[in-house]
Amino acid sequence: MISLYKVSYKNILRKKTRSALTIVGIALSAWVLASLMGFNKGYEAALNKDIDNMGFQVMLMAKGCPYEAATLMLKGGTGLRYLKESVVASILSEPEVERITPMLMQAVFDPNKGESGGISAYLGVDPATFPNMKTFLEFKQGKWFTDPQSFEVVMGYESAELEQREVGDKLLIPEKNVELTVVGVLKRTGTQDDGTIFLPINTVQKIFGKEGEITSVGIKVKKEADISKFEERLYTIPDVQVVSLAQVKQTIMNLMSTAKVMVFSIAVVAILIAMVGVINTILMSVFERFQEIGILKSMGAMPGDIFKLIWIETLILCFLGGVAGSTMAYGLSKVTEILVRKLLPYAPTGSLIQLDVKLICITLISVLIIGLISGLYPAWRAASVRPLESIRSDIN
Amino acid sequence: MTTDQIRINSTDTIDIKTDAIGIDSANTISINAQNLKKIYRRGSEEICAVNEVSLEIKKGEYVSFIGPSGSGKTTLINILGCLDNPSSGMLSIGQKKVFGEGKPLSEKLLTKIRRELFGYIFQKFYLIPTLTVIENVLLPCIFYKKEVADIKINGNNSDVAAMQRGAALLEMLGMENRMDHLPGQLSGGEMQRVAVARALINKPEILLADEPTGNLDSARSQEIGRLLRELNRKEQLTIILVTHNPELAKSADRIVELRDGRVFV
Repeated sequence: MISLYKVSYKNILRKKTRSALTIVGIALSAWVLASLMGFNKGYEAALNKDIDNMGFQVMLMAKGCPYEAATLMLKGGTGLRYLKESVVASILSEPEVERITPMLMQAVFDPNKGESGGISAYLGVDPATFPNMKTFLEFKQGKWFTDPQSFEVVMGYESAELEQREVGDKLLIPEKNVELTVVGVLKRTGTQDDGTIFLPINTVQKIFGKEGEITSVGIKVKKEADISKFEERLYTIPDVQVVSLAQVKQTIMNLMSTAKVMVFSIAVVAILIAMVGVINTILMSVFERFQEIGILKSMGAMPGDIFKLIWIETLILCFLGGVAGSTMAYGLSKVTEILVRKLLPYAPTGSLIQLDVKLICITLISVLIIGLISGLYPAWRAASVRPLESIRSDIN
Repeated sequence: MTTDQIRINSTDTIDIKTDAIGIDSANTISINAQNLKKIYRRGSEEICAVNEVSLEIKKGEYVSFIGPSGSGKTTLINILGCLDNPSSGMLSIGQKKVFGEGKPLSEKLLTKIRRELFGYIFQKFYLIPTLTVIENVLLPCIFYKKEVADIKINGNNSDVAAMQRGAALLEMLGMENRMDHLPGQLSGGEMQRVAVARALINKPEILLADEPTGNLDSARSQEIGRLLRELNRKEQLTIILVTHNPELAKSADRIVELRDGRVFV
C-alpha cells in the first residue's frame, strides 16, 4: 500500500540530479560538522594523553619563554638555558613533592641521519628516579641501565627503527666520538619518547662537559597537594621557570581556540549554505508541482497532509545527506587528520579526530533538525496552495 | 451509520453521513443551486462570472455544461464542486445546505466536503509520474479512506480493502494489465482512465469532469465518453461534465448551455 513516505521518496526521484546535488551539499556540511566535533574531542584527548605520558605534573627549567619550555617538554629539542643540579635537593625538601627527576637534554648534528643529516637528541635521565616516574614505558627488548656512570643507552621505538639498532649494538654520538651500548629498546608509546635516546644523566654531563648542570626537573606532586601554592613557592628559587602541565595544556588550548573558532565559523557557513540549498530545492519542487498539490487537495488532502508530505521530502534529503556526510567523516577521518596536522602549528601524537557513535548520532540529529527548520517555509507554502488557484493557473 | 459533523459557523453544522453522504434514499435531488452568483474584482472593475444561476441536478443524473470560453462553465462547476465559495446564492447537496449561510466556508471545511462527496477528473490527468498506475489510483486513500458500502474498510484491513477496490476499478476500466506501469508508459486515453479510477477510489457521490477529453484525440474522446455513460448507468453516479466537445456533451442526460454567466435556455 502506498504511503506518504513513499510518495515523498518518489517525488525526490523526479529530479535526480538536483536531489543528488542537494544531498552532496548536506553531506559536505555534515562531514565538516562531524569532523569538527571529532577534532574538538580528539585534540584535547590526544593532548591530555601526551601530558599524562610525561609522568609528572610540574616541570622546572631555567627562566625563559614558556612557549619554548612547552616545546621542549612536548617535542624535545635543545635546552636553551641550564639549572644547577643542586636545585634538585632544595625542591625535594618541599612537602608537596612525591617524586623528582633531573634531566639534561643535549643535541648534536648527525650527518648520517636521513638524506641530508639531522639533529639527534639525547636525554640524560637519572636511572634511580626516571623509570619510576615513567612506569607506563614498556620494553620491546632489554631493560633500563642501572649504573649511573655507564655508557649505555635505551632507545625509543622510532629511534631504534631509524638507527636500526637492537640490544647489544653500539651507537656512536657524532662530534663526540663516544661509543655507547644499547641495553634496551622501548615499545611504541605514541609519544615523543618514541624518538628519544635515553642515557644516564651523569654520562651525558661527562660527554657534553655539563657537569653539575641540568636542563629541567620533572616533579610529581602528591595527590592531595595544592599545586598552585607549590608553584608559587618554586618561584622563590632564583632564575627558574615553573611550567605546570595544566599551564602547558592551557597555553596550547588557547593557541588552538582561535583556529577552532575559524573552523567552527566555516562549519556554520557550510551549514547555512546547505540550508539555503535545501530550501531552494524543496521550494522549486513545490512551485513546479503547484497544480499537482492543488489537485491533491481537491482529492481530499488537508493542509497538514501536504505540509507533512513536503516536510518528509526535506527530511529524507537531509537524512541521506547526513548519513553520507557522517560516513565520509568516519571513513576519511585519517585523510582529514593528515590535512589538519599539516595546518596546525603543534599537534599531539594521538589520534586528532575521534569520531564515535555518539558524535555520528549528534551530527545526524543536527542535520535532521536543520532539515526540519529548512523545510518549514516550503512546506507552509505548499500547504497554503488552494486547489482553485492551481486549476485557474492550469487554465491560464 | 457513521456521521461526520462539519461545522459551517459557530452555530450550524452539516451532518454528512459517510455511507450515504447525507442523501436519504427517498431524495432524488443531488444538487440544488439557487441564485448562485460569483463576482471577481479586477481593480475597480467587477466581473460577474456566474450570474444568478439556479438549477437542480438529480441523483444519478448525467449533466453536461457547454458554452463558449468565458461563459462561466468552470467557475460554476468549481462552486458546484465546492472548490470555491459563491459571492451569493445558496447551494444544497442532498438536503444539506452547503453555501447560503452568509459566511464563506473555510478551505479546510471545503476539503472535508469534497473528499466525502466528490471525485474530480481534469483535462491534464495530473498523475504523479514516479508512481505506478495502482499507486496513483490509491493516492487519495493516503489522505482519506471513506467507509464504502461494498468494501468494508476496517482497521488494519483498510489497506487491503483499498488495494482490492483499486484493482477492481482498474479491471473495470480495462487497465488490469497496466497496474505496475508508470504514467509515462501509457497513452493519453489510458492516463485519463487511471485518473477516472483515482476519482472513484473513495466512491464519490458526484463525479465532476472538467474537459476530460481536452487532451485526447477523437477516438480516445469517444472512449472516455462511453466510459462516463457506463459509470452513470451502472453505478448510478451523478456526473457533471464541462466540455467543448459537442459529441461528448450529447452523451449526457441533459445539456445546460451557459452564456455570459447565465443559463441559456
